[in-house]
Amino acid sequence: MTNATSAPVLELKNINKSFGPIDVLHDISLQLRAGEVLCLLGDNGAGKSTLIKILSGVHVPSSGSILMDGSPVSFATPRDASDRGIATVHQFGGTFPLMSIGRSFFVGAEPTKGWGPFRVFDRKKANEVAVKAVRDFGITRIEDGDRLVGGLSGGERQSLAIARAVHFGARVLILDEPTAALGVKQATHVLRIVNQAKKRGLAVIFITHQVMHAMAVGDHFAVLIRGSVAADFKKGERTREEITDLMAGGETMAGLEKEIEDYMSSHDGHPPPAGH
Amino acid sequence: MSAQSAAPGVARASNFSLGGLLRRPEAGALLGLVAVFVFFTIFGGTGFLTPDSAAGWLNIAANLGMVAFPIGLLMIAGELDVSIGSMIPASSMTIAIVSGHYQQNIWLGVAAALGVGVLVGLVNGFLVVRTAVPSFIVTLGTLFATAGFVLGLSVLLTGSTSVVINSDGVAKQIFGSFIDQTFQVMIFWWLLATAIYIYFIHYSHYGNWIFAMGGDKESARNAGIPTRKLTIMLYVLSSTSAAFVGMCQALLFNVAQVSVGQSFIFNSIISVVVGGVLLTGGFGSIIGIFFGTITFAVVNQGIYFTSFDRNWSSLIIGILLLIAVLMNNTFRKMALTYAPKKK
Ligand SMILES: Nc1ncnc2c1ncn2[C@@H]1O[C@H](COP(=O)(O)OP(=O)(O)O)[C@@H](O)[C@H]1O
Ligand SMILES: [Mg+2]
Repeated sequence: MTNATSAPVLELKNINKSFGPIDVLHDISLQLRAGEVLCLLGDNGAGKSTLIKILSGVHVPSSGSILMDGSPVSFATPRDASDRGIATVHQFGGTFPLMSIGRSFFVGAEPTKGWGPFRVFDRKKANEVAVKAVRDFGITRIEDGDRLVGGLSGGERQSLAIARAVHFGARVLILDEPTAALGVKQATHVLRIVNQAKKRGLAVIFITHQVMHAMAVGDHFAVLIRGSVAADFKKGERTREEITDLMAGGETMAGLEKEIEDYMSSHDGHPPPAGH
Repeated sequence: MSAQSAAPGVARASNFSLGGLLRRPEAGALLGLVAVFVFFTIFGGTGFLTPDSAAGWLNIAANLGMVAFPIGLLMIAGELDVSIGSMIPASSMTIAIVSGHYQQNIWLGVAAALGVGVLVGLVNGFLVVRTAVPSFIVTLGTLFATAGFVLGLSVLLTGSTSVVINSDGVAKQIFGSFIDQTFQVMIFWWLLATAIYIYFIHYSHYGNWIFAMGGDKESARNAGIPTRKLTIMLYVLSSTSAAFVGMCQALLFNVAQVSVGQSFIFNSIISVVVGGVLLTGGFGSIIGIFFGTITFAVVNQGIYFTSFDRNWSSLIIGILLLIAVLMNNTFRKMALTYAPKKK
């Protein structure tokens, strides 16, 4: 479309990642443009979370390069990525049960007031911003930023984590299965938030197992199967049935993995004939 | 709407409420402290309430407290350091060997003693963040290694396991003297440390990092907190604090021995837990540790003013510890389930 000619906000070139002897990602190349939602699809264990952890500075790739606005970048720590405006909601964690809502929201980016060496954490401001952010999210039950996060429900905690990322993400918003713990109302809210972020010109990566959710917000889809990009297409290029098949296809293949391996070891390393 | 929604928290903070107090990490510590004070006032009689008695428990609390604060921070961050038990004699011996045995400038001895603390702290910190070995095991290793090293080296250099250090002047005054012949100058260091820790942990934003790290280390790192650096810094802090105590004791008593300090390991952990720090990390407060330390010291010293045998103090401390652990869990649950009822 119109922004197809501008340099991608984020670009991955031939990214590989292995943990010791375990190869998790193979030769991943992807582009992410401003104002675009990339849906990352794939079965459990396909490497989706590992991929976005590379983009958010949690893991350093074994090889390959990351480009931001066309120039190479490297993220040694999550801070490097967040300093460049990349905000991520990871699949697990993200909030701190025994901390207050206000403190948890601002971990690592605490607002301070005061002067010189006597700067103090601005609790009032932190609470105000955090409470407003979750209330804007439709969770009106929360009105006191001093409440501990551990007293919230799973969905409320997830919403808090997403609200935080939306608050801090200036260029790229990455959501790893954000709707998994949410009810219908909150899940719809997340989709709305994704669309809002997109309209504000952010680039969004959205990981989900639900085809409906993916179809609702995705402009661009990438399917990971066992660590490789198995399909990469734009909205409208595939039907819903095809997308469902692709997502389920990974599942079938994961189930067949052992059979294939067994077959290969008893047939001089030859893979089984295609089709079934 | 939003201005209104922020109001309850602010209003609640400025109003005193019993419920609010009970949800704080130091609630149990304060109750425990009051309980032991009442107990020893009843059973210790007037002797317990004299300045001499106060000096007794204040001196214990001050020395212990200097170590209990950083141990508490480590525990809040989800770590442990038992090597402090060797750090205290190690720094005592260092200053005594440098400035006593070899007659070097006292400040050189001070620097060497604290330097040993920094060094052991760095070793602990790097080992903990670089290996996946639990910090209890890592610091148990450095506890024994440091003890062996100090013993071996002091016998090698001085032919003895205790070394005399006679000093006077400023260093002796500020690190190892008595005020009014009863109160150790360490009490002032401890009160100063309390104020500084309260600022850093509860007012500056660094405290937030430590609590986050203890709550969920991975999420803390993902949120941009330099968890490894912070962990190493906390180990350096605990080792150096122990070194400070060891150095001051050498200057105070004019002698250093290789065999003191092991009691600090358990005593500091007890003070921290009685002070309301959760064993699982992520929850606690400086003022709670402060109360916990005093509670420990009062039990430890108050027993002398009662007609009970001294050995009973361990029983009291053991019971206090068990009650504290149970209460901490209860208080944590209360804090978690708290939701504004009114309005
Ligand atoms: N830190 C790690 N060390 C070793 N293996 C890992 C690590 N993180 C992920 N993996 C492996 O990488 C694979 C992909 O995991 P992940 O990226 O979480 O998949 P997904 O998010 O698509 O479900 C899994 O087989 C997982 O076991
Ligand atoms: Mg995942």
